[in-house]
Amino acid sequence: MGGALSSADMITALYLHVLNVDPANPKWEERDNFILSRGHGGIGLYAALAKRGFFPIEQIYSYEQLGSKFGTHPSLKIPGVDLSTGSLGHGLSVGVGMAIAGKRDRKSYKVYVLLGDGELQEGSIWEAAMSASFYELDNLVAIVDRNRFQVFDATEKMMAIEPLVDKWKSFGWAVKRIDGNDMEQVVDTLEAIPFEVKKPSAIIADTVKGKGISFLEGKAVSHYWEGPPPEEQVKQALEELGGFE
Amino acid sequence: MSYQKPVTTLYDEAVTALARENENIYSVDAEGVWMNTHFREAFPERAIQVGIAEQNLVGVSAGLASRGKIVFANTMAAFITMRACEQVKVDVAYQGFNVKLVASITGVYGAYYGTTHHGLADIAIMRAIPNMVVVVPGDSLEVKKIVNAAVEHYGPMYIRLDYVEPIYEEDYPFELGKAVTLRDGKDVTLIATGSMVKRALRAAEMLSKQGIDARVLNMHTIKPIDEKAIIEAGKETGGIVTLEEHSVVGGLGGAVAKIVTDKAPTYVKRIGFQDTFCEIIGPYNEILEQYKLLPPHIVDATLGFLKRIKK
Repeated sequence: MGGALSSADMITALYLHVLNVDPANPKWEERDNFILSRGHGGIGLYAALAKRGFFPIEQIYSYEQLGSKFGTHPSLKIPGVDLSTGSLGHGLSVGVGMAIAGKRDRKSYKVYVLLGDGELQEGSIWEAAMSASFYELDNLVAIVDRNRFQVFDATEKMMAIEPLVDKWKSFGWAVKRIDGNDMEQVVDTLEAIPFEVKKPSAIIADTVKGKGISFLEGKAVSHYWEGPPPEEQVKQALEELGGFE
Repeated sequence: MSYQKPVTTLYDEAVTALARENENIYSVDAEGVWMNTHFREAFPERAIQVGIAEQNLVGVSAGLASRGKIVFANTMAAFITMRACEQVKVDVAYQGFNVKLVASITGVYGAYYGTTHHGLADIAIMRAIPNMVVVVPGDSLEVKKIVNAAVEHYGPMYIRLDYVEPIYEEDYPFELGKAVTLRDGKDVTLIATGSMVKRALRAAEMLSKQGIDARVLNMHTIKPIDEKAIIEAGKETGGIVTLEEHSVVGGLGGAVAKIVTDKAPTYVKRIGFQDTFCEIIGPYNEILEQYKLLPPHIVDATLGFLKRIKK
């Protein structure tokens, strides 16, 4: 939950402004790819896919219920989803493969991979990061949702991942650090991709975990807001988020 | 015997030949360079090197496959199935992507490299993953047939390139999931895969001199396995000996035992590595000798088995 909210601004900007996708033809060959490598917080992606027109929003009301396509982590069964994810550290490698295919096929699509900050503790991320710059994949974008918390505590208390800008630069990426909850910065940054020709682009997006719901903001506990929450809290959360359509 | 090309060269040549006609065929390797020498030379744009990074090997292959490529991902058996096991499960099998995971240095072919480089659990691991087809060519000619079948079959596949020598003298029809009867017999059936197929044939010849008429099946596809051939073997010969250069836990022997217990109760003897690491250093053939996997050992084990089941 906390991660879905911290990245909501970026996923909104991607699906409603940046991504070249066709809801009528989700497997369109020219489409941009998006991978929610972090997996958890699929609910944020489902809302964006519905808003972009991949399916009616009512479908996601079955979220996490028996037989639903919409689980905690996204699945290929959902129109518009390019990769089933959930286990951490997988998405960037797959994104590298998609981006190499794009280069070889002389196609202009881009590949966007959203990573959790805790996910960067997985070694496989760095195998992928090394290969992305080696193959000069300027059609590949890694977005790090830097909300500062993993499941149990702050990343820097569990296993420190900073300094992130230096790390990604040293792996050969062009890097920008932004406020990932500031829509103007998010849109400007996404429109500036690639930051450098022949280099993959990394966006370190500082965000607030649980953004938009005051009693969850900046708290590790927001990671699992497993239902059903007290009715009063639901009411307050919906009011703070600007109501329910 | 005439000059025998290494199995990896036969494989490389087969993939390269198909890639001339199909521009969607890619070859990815994690320093498995002996597996795509020809391919890299012929199609440098479609040969992707990821370095010593097996997790990335499988993930990158999955990404290429999601974009319509037919991907051969190459490295050693021990590493592609264990170091990258979760990538195999999640990025390839769960997605259903068209990636062929190809392993060389299988079984104890890594001999004096030691235990780290032996692949004795790979079949068991791959068998347990849904959507995965598991094949092991048993002869030089079959390598090419399996590569052709891999391109025709859409979906995840594990190809185990055991050390093999020529068996087939002429062409024969190959079908995924259908065992090949190399020798008919009525007293016992030897079901072998990969490197053990030729050893089983030699053992059968030796058994025939002792009056034992052994059937020999080349079980090149371990999943989906040829149930019919196993059930017939049980009913018609009354006893089955399985042979694999692999642990007896979960490999060919496990797959055969499952069919037998479910559908046609029969005595089964499993020959392979008995739930142990191979910790002996030495040349390949001498290690096989130590672990009793050569034709004379197969003969002794089969005779003992037949005595025990009172045939």
